[in-house]
Amino acid sequence: MTFQEISEILKQKFETAITAVKAEVQPDPYIIVEAKSIKEISTFLRDDESLSFDFLNCLSGLDLKGKLATVYHLSSMKHNHKFVIRIEVATEQPNIPSIESIWKTANWHEREAFDMFGIIFDGHPDLRRILMPYDWDGYPLKKDYQVPEFYNGMKVPY
Amino acid sequence: MAEWILSQFPDSILGYVIIGALPLLFILPYALVTIYLEMKMAAHMQDRVAYMRTGWHGTLQPFADILKLLQKEDIIPTAADKFLFILAPYLVFIGTYATFAVLPFSSQYAGSELYLGIYYVIAVSSITVVGILMSGWASNNKWSLFGALRAAAQIVSYEIPTALALISVVMVAGTMNLQVLSQQQSGGIFDWYIFGGPFPIVKKLLLIPIMFVLFLIQLTASMAEVNRTPFDIPEAESELVQGYNTEYSGMKFAIFYLAEYANLFVVSAITVVVFFGGWASPFGNYLNSGGWELFWFVLKGMFFVSINIWLRWTLPRLRVDQLMYVSWKVLTPFALVCMILVGLIVVSF
Amino acid sequence: METVLKTSHGRTLRTEEMVINMGPQHPSTHGVLRLELVVDGEIVIDVIPHIGYLHRCFEKHSEHMTNYQQVIPYVDRMDYVAAMNNEFSFAIAGEKLLKIQVPERVEYIRVIMAELQRIASHLIAIGTFGIDIGAFTPFLFCFRDREKILDLFEMTCGARLLYNYIWIGGLSHDLPPEFIPKAKEFIVDFRKTIKEINDLLSYNHIFIKRTANIGVLPADVAINFGCTGPMLRGSGVNWDLRKNDTYSVYNKFDFEVCVGKGEFGTVGDCWDRYMVRVNEMEQSLRIIEQAISTLPEGSISSAIPKRVRPNPGEVYGRAESPRGELGFYIVSDGTGTPYRIKARSPAFVNLSVISEISRGYMIADLVAITGSIDIVLGEVDR
Repeated sequence: MTFQEISEILKQKFETAITAVKAEVQPDPYIIVEAKSIKEISTFLRDDESLSFDFLNCLSGLDLKGKLATVYHLSSMKHNHKFVIRIEVATEQPNIPSIESIWKTANWHEREAFDMFGIIFDGHPDLRRILMPYDWDGYPLKKDYQVPEFYNGMKVPY
Repeated sequence: MAEWILSQFPDSILGYVIIGALPLLFILPYALVTIYLEMKMAAHMQDRVAYMRTGWHGTLQPFADILKLLQKEDIIPTAADKFLFILAPYLVFIGTYATFAVLPFSSQYAGSELYLGIYYVIAVSSITVVGILMSGWASNNKWSLFGALRAAAQIVSYEIPTALALISVVMVAGTMNLQVLSQQQSGGIFDWYIFGGPFPIVKKLLLIPIMFVLFLIQLTASMAEVNRTPFDIPEAESELVQGYNTEYSGMKFAIFYLAEYANLFVVSAITVVVFFGGWASPFGNYLNSGGWELFWFVLKGMFFVSINIWLRWTLPRLRVDQLMYVSWKVLTPFALVCMILVGLIVVSF
Repeated sequence: METVLKTSHGRTLRTEEMVINMGPQHPSTHGVLRLELVVDGEIVIDVIPHIGYLHRCFEKHSEHMTNYQQVIPYVDRMDYVAAMNNEFSFAIAGEKLLKIQVPERVEYIRVIMAELQRIASHLIAIGTFGIDIGAFTPFLFCFRDREKILDLFEMTCGARLLYNYIWIGGLSHDLPPEFIPKAKEFIVDFRKTIKEINDLLSYNHIFIKRTANIGVLPADVAINFGCTGPMLRGSGVNWDLRKNDTYSVYNKFDFEVCVGKGEFGTVGDCWDRYMVRVNEMEQSLRIIEQAISTLPEGSISSAIPKRVRPNPGEVYGRAESPRGELGFYIVSDGTGTPYRIKARSPAFVNLSVISEISRGYMIADLVAITGSIDIVLGEVDR
């Protein structure tokens, strides 16, 4: 199925939850959905026979300067089609429901997004830092991130 | 030979000390040669050439290795039990060294011509286990502890098939004295116990298949007793870092190493004495005097050492439970059956 | 007073349990992975992986490059034993973003390089897996032949490990004239090595005993955890991006997708994953043979853009690296600097399944499982 068809199905099913359909973005268009409904949408996308997105390729955090976003790249092994969903939340309150229970891939990817952007995934079973040290301050991939001068007494910028 | 040395130093303990130190004359050069042999054999099996720079074809490398180990800092971890930590390697070495007392290098040489030779070997070599357990516990390192426990379980388990295999041969030979065992097989290659021993042809033919099985059991079990691949689980490098000797460095590590190589020769020598005629020449009375006996003994011993090395660099490692399986469910029952068969043969002929 | 011992997960230990750290310095963690094990004797009760020891801020670095081409050396350093495949994947993403059509000759050379690199990478995987099981000799046989591949790379681009060879839109160098005969020679030699490895390791009784029925990963779990590459195929799922989402010129070549069949145990055990890699090397040889015999003439640099300045947009480009699906999510804001690059590294995702498949096995099995996942920590941590 193409992006158009999938987004049509979603629009019919989740009228209110879809904020925008960015079909004009090239080469990979995406839809923006509301944070609170991501779990239902994900479950639907995975379980619906004609969609059956059984595979979460990638979950990325993204800093849009003022807003934080997570991007879900989904694909289906059965039908061999792809789809991209994005969630945008305010930087001040970056809470997004975790989809770890739907695709286990999300477990470590959500930890990474938390580690790098400070996005808090509600319902994640083990939301710890993953790549950075456990006692690191700040979220390095944010656009306004300032590199600390010292970490545990060690000079950071070399 | 022992009498001769003692007669040189009457009324003095010095003679005993010299006799006690005699095996060192063998062990030290043997260890150097085996280190070299192992490296070169491994390398040539793996399309490499191993060390080539120190001396002709790297022949001086073992000396350099020893020298390096001598110079290394001797680290004792702060949390280790110092006394046991220091004692352990020596205990391991003592266990191995003590077995050299009865190895019949030739008909003239025998540290002690012990009546209970085989019994003594089995008993004394178990001291090694205590040393290994001690080292693992004293290191205060979890990996070392794992290694030590594995080693204890393994060595104790494999003593049983070894002992059973050796006892079967003892039943045939009627002696535990290693010197007498060698003497019995000195009539050429077909008098060796692997080929049925010096008996009439019918008994011989009946014994040959059993002896072959016993030999294989002894070979496998002895390989496990010296902790070498495929049975090197106590120091399984990829699992336990270095097992019980993880925390050891410098000379203490060198002593573990030396004990391992010495032990390798001991088990090979026992196999040689029991199945392959000890110091006896394969050609009966030809080349069977004085120095030649030593030559044959060491040659045969080194042959089995090489087999150990060869297998080490060929086979993957077993897992703990599989190792126990091999010992208790394969080797021990087979050894028991062989023992019964040997008993029947000995009684009926 | 009783001391309560806890894992970093927050799980309270029972008295017979012990926490033991495998790594970051441990011979069989293939780098600086730390596995926090909860063990009951030899039995592994829980595994908690700790990663990040090799984190080199790839994504942060990329956001500070002034040109997309400058990212490629960083991409090399992610999966340092399969750098060609990383570059290939990144180039695919970049070209998709820029809408560049690259000349056919470039595609062919890329495929040759990627497949050679796949063989080299699988050789390391197989060799180190052998070491994990305790067989040291096959490792050196593998490295001997990997050396020949590295010689081919050196001949082509001067580097042996980190190539910076595949650029967005083209290649840094054309093939030297002596490459083709050398590559043909290599293919003939290498078929013998595969047989040698099979004789020495794959069908060794002890090896099978150690790996069959160990670390069984069922297909549905594999998919749900996002495992790709030999991990997924070992579980019997016929999924290979070269076939299922074909890119470059892979559709012109005839090759099979190898899947685990559970010959000696259950489908999806360590032996299956291992065997998929061995069989894939043979398939890679077939691809290289076909690509060499039909290599078209042409320029290799005509499509390289002078300035890489994509329109605002975003792309997720993916390719099959030796470890699985290597994807790059690139967001462009219309300048020469990437706004955001996220690497979806297969080893990172594959590793996340380890605690799922290693519970209840022994420590020695855990080592086998870690080896069969074939992680490269450079890629896990980026």
